[in-house]
Amino acid sequence: MSDGTGTTWTCYDAATMTAREIYGRVLAELSDTDPRVVGLTADLSKSTAIVNFEREHPDRFFNMGIAEQNLMGVAAGMAKVGLIPFASTFAAFASMRAAEQVRTDICYQNLPVKIIATHSGVSFGAAGTTHHCTEDLAIMRSFANMTVIVPADGTETANAVRAAMDIPGPVYIRIGRGFEPPFYDREDYGFAVGKAHKVHDGTDLTVIACGIGVLQAVEAARLLKEQDGLSVRVLNMHTIKPIDREAILSAITETRRILTVEEHNTLGGLGSAVADVIAESGKGCAFAKAGFPDVYSEVGYPEDLYAHYGLDANGIADRVRKLLKVEFEEDEEWEDEV
Amino acid sequence: MPLSTEERKELYGRAKGLRKDIVTVTSESGGAHIGGGLSALDILVLLYFKYLNIDPENPSWEERDRFVLSKGHAAIAYVPVLARRGYFSFDELKTFNKFGSPFGMHPDSRRIRGCDASTGSLGHGLPMAVGMALGARVLGKSFRTFCLLGDGECNEGVVWEALMAAAHYKLTRLVPIIDRNGLMIDGPTETVMSLEPLEEKLAAFGFDVLSVDGHDLDAVGGAIEHAIAAGDPSAAGETVGSGGKPVCIVANTTKGKGIDFMEGEVPWHYGSIDAELRIKALESIDRMYEAIGGLA
Repeated sequence: MSDGTGTTWTCYDAATMTAREIYGRVLAELSDTDPRVVGLTADLSKSTAIVNFEREHPDRFFNMGIAEQNLMGVAAGMAKVGLIPFASTFAAFASMRAAEQVRTDICYQNLPVKIIATHSGVSFGAAGTTHHCTEDLAIMRSFANMTVIVPADGTETANAVRAAMDIPGPVYIRIGRGFEPPFYDREDYGFAVGKAHKVHDGTDLTVIACGIGVLQAVEAARLLKEQDGLSVRVLNMHTIKPIDREAILSAITETRRILTVEEHNTLGGLGSAVADVIAESGKGCAFAKAGFPDVYSEVGYPEDLYAHYGLDANGIADRVRKLLKVEFEEDEEWEDEV
Repeated sequence: MPLSTEERKELYGRAKGLRKDIVTVTSESGGAHIGGGLSALDILVLLYFKYLNIDPENPSWEERDRFVLSKGHAAIAYVPVLARRGYFSFDELKTFNKFGSPFGMHPDSRRIRGCDASTGSLGHGLPMAVGMALGARVLGKSFRTFCLLGDGECNEGVVWEALMAAAHYKLTRLVPIIDRNGLMIDGPTETVMSLEPLEEKLAAFGFDVLSVDGHDLDAVGGAIEHAIAAGDPSAAGETVGSGGKPVCIVANTTKGKGIDFMEGEVPWHYGSIDAELRIKALESIDRMYEAIGGLA
């Protein structure tokens, strides 16, 4: 299903369409050619922009009202009889209100339900912590059978939604509110689930980012080149699970320093997934995680929040400079006896 | 069509044999949710031996009726029913609860032939059944979906979310059946968390509610037939299963039904049976069917 879907993303205007809008469009397009596609939401049809699908396929769209647990259970039942349900709601509700339904009904039975979680991180800034979601990656990556994708922008969302059709099991796609600036200007840059995309090359340090962090990390890399003469690699780790071990191992070997950037609690998300690979590699690597340091986020415009938590280009550049100063310790007391 | 004399005899005979099967599996497995298994059994017997349009030779047949055991802990009754219906050999149940077995306390649809949904965590089955019934409509298929819930399970808010959705979408080919045995782990439902007036609540949610004796096969059969008729295109309107009010059946049952020392006893929600109790249990089942007289 990844190709031959008729209209392609290039027909859409990257500058004027948000990730959510593109998602709704792509879904409508996929369902034109695949009658198994159905759309579901929980009173957030307009907010999650699945309304674009609803308009074109009213007979295959179901609103469950404000009932996210039922939303996920119903999606599981539909998948059980052969459909491919795309269930959309805010990340906070998809991952927490309905966590057990996602785990027990969808993941345990390994059903092809595709969850499109919008308003993730602090993208719904002024709404505050009840509507922020900085826990979902930790929750979703702990569910066996689940694939977890965090697209960098609308173009990558289109790629992720198409790719999700080819994955036989459940997929969690985490997107923002739709005001995020575009990163990619074309869709054929080689998106593949589970394969990080190197978006900036470098040898001094690797920034591994996802979501809105990708654009900011690339801007930070440019800034560091201009101002500090540093060579920073940036990986777009759009797939949190399965994580691209190879890309991380190369980063360890080739740059020895890794900073992760995510719009998520620094516990349990991208940073933790990367840390697992570093620890298992047995190699020395200076490492730091940028994200929300185990706190509930403040209220405000998302851009202000990103700056406050050091997730914008300047904040990332500062973290890189600090991480470059970390010395690798010699340990005279320790001998490897193996 | 009411049960014929022969059908009645056959179904009561099935139920009697399965009650004994439940005792056998419970005693051999070390323990099971026998109380709620025995309250649900007669409903399962009617569905699997009379009403469900299924083919045990072809468990993934797309047109088959679906059944979701929302009260997944009744696997102790459900799994022997599947075995006796021909999905697998009853001998396989010797592994029940044991390491590596497909059969645990709660059914796993990925490992048990004929099982349409993995359940066990309460409140999860009905939403999935709603999804199956809605899915049937999208796919233009005419199969029905039956879902058996526990009464204590109806404490879960998501059950009411699903009921709301079933009525909203007029899912007349979905038939929720509530096993109203009146007990939950901590005691009577009305002591732990009141459900009454249950039938009025269900009616207010948009259901045509039928309340029947859940151990009277004629009564439960009649209610199921009423529900089936309500989902027929002629009764429901132009589109299959998209007509009027869905039917919900409240089956008034006795927890532990058929085993005198378990009937209505809260501690028998879950229990194990030693050799001595096994004999007593089997004798009690014989007495129950002798009392019914001539039916089995």
